[in-house]
Amino acid sequence: MRELSLHILDIAENGITAGADCIHIFITEARSADRLKIVIRDNGKGLPPEKLDKITDPFVTTRTTRRVGLGLPLLAAAARRCDGDLTVDTKPDEGTEVTATFQCSHIDRAPMGDIAATITTLIMGNPDIDFVYTHMIDGNDFSLDTREIKKDMPDLSLTDPVVIHHLTDSIRSSLRQLESDKDERGE
Amino acid sequence: MAKLTIDDLKKIKEKSNKETSLRHGDANIKITVHMGTCGIAAGAREVMNALMEEMAEADRQDIRVVTSGCMGMCSSEPNVTVETEGAEPIVYRDMDSNKMRQVFKRHVLLGEVQTAFALARM
Repeated sequence: MRELSLHILDIAENGITAGADCIHIFITEARSADRLKIVIRDNGKGLPPEKLDKITDPFVTTRTTRRVGLGLPLLAAAARRCDGDLTVDTKPDEGTEVTATFQCSHIDRAPMGDIAATITTLIMGNPDIDFVYTHMIDGNDFSLDTREIKKDMPDLSLTDPVVIHHLTDSIRSSLRQLESDKDERGE
Repeated sequence: MAKLTIDDLKKIKEKSNKETSLRHGDANIKITVHMGTCGIAAGAREVMNALMEEMAEADRQDIRVVTSGCMGMCSSEPNVTVETEGAEPIVYRDMDSNKMRQVFKRHVLLGEVQTAFALARM
């Protein structure tokens, strides 16, 4: 994948397929320590232990439409070639947590890419599922929780294309703000 | 902690209200963007973005957009399925932003199936 945000979209879709109704996405960019961590947690049905052993084997998949599953193996390969790793923690009926780590400055690390588009694509395509997105860059963070939005603004339709358009812009400008806050502190 | 604040949401709502009429009625056109690993790697998110922009412009309340997983035809991704009431679903193959815009404008809005991009009738 060309962007890490595309991996995030892909792994989040796995959680939805696993029957989750809430997906957490945490991104931590500790640039001073040169580490990047991505955590995607769902509350779906979890994975059986025998599948967990072979989670990054592309020829092991729960799907029935084809015999190859590449989502996790691709992310694992992306992390491992950047001096990072991929771990999967799962409990039956409680959910699955996928953690990918990277060396931030590694020459092979794909850019984060359009994370705002990833988040709004998830929100628009899955109206019945809640998403909690937290993005931290060196101590500054931004968060979005569709459960709170639905509670605070019950008459705002999150599948309305116009709302989605403004939401995408809003996330993009918040992330730019995070970047500039960091620059102002001279880091 | 920076958050998407209520003020941001209110602004979004104000802007949206100005730009959209009241939405009501049932959806009778469904557009599915297939978002398996294969679709995403081939550019399904960009196709979805183009579709969202067209949807925002068209302001039609009878069209529903959903995402789904892989349907097993990975080599022709990104795939998009258009289902209109009373007609057979059409699967489009090898989609990109421009093709998506054309399919939306011609097939979804005007009912002209774009056979040049179609994979098959289902």
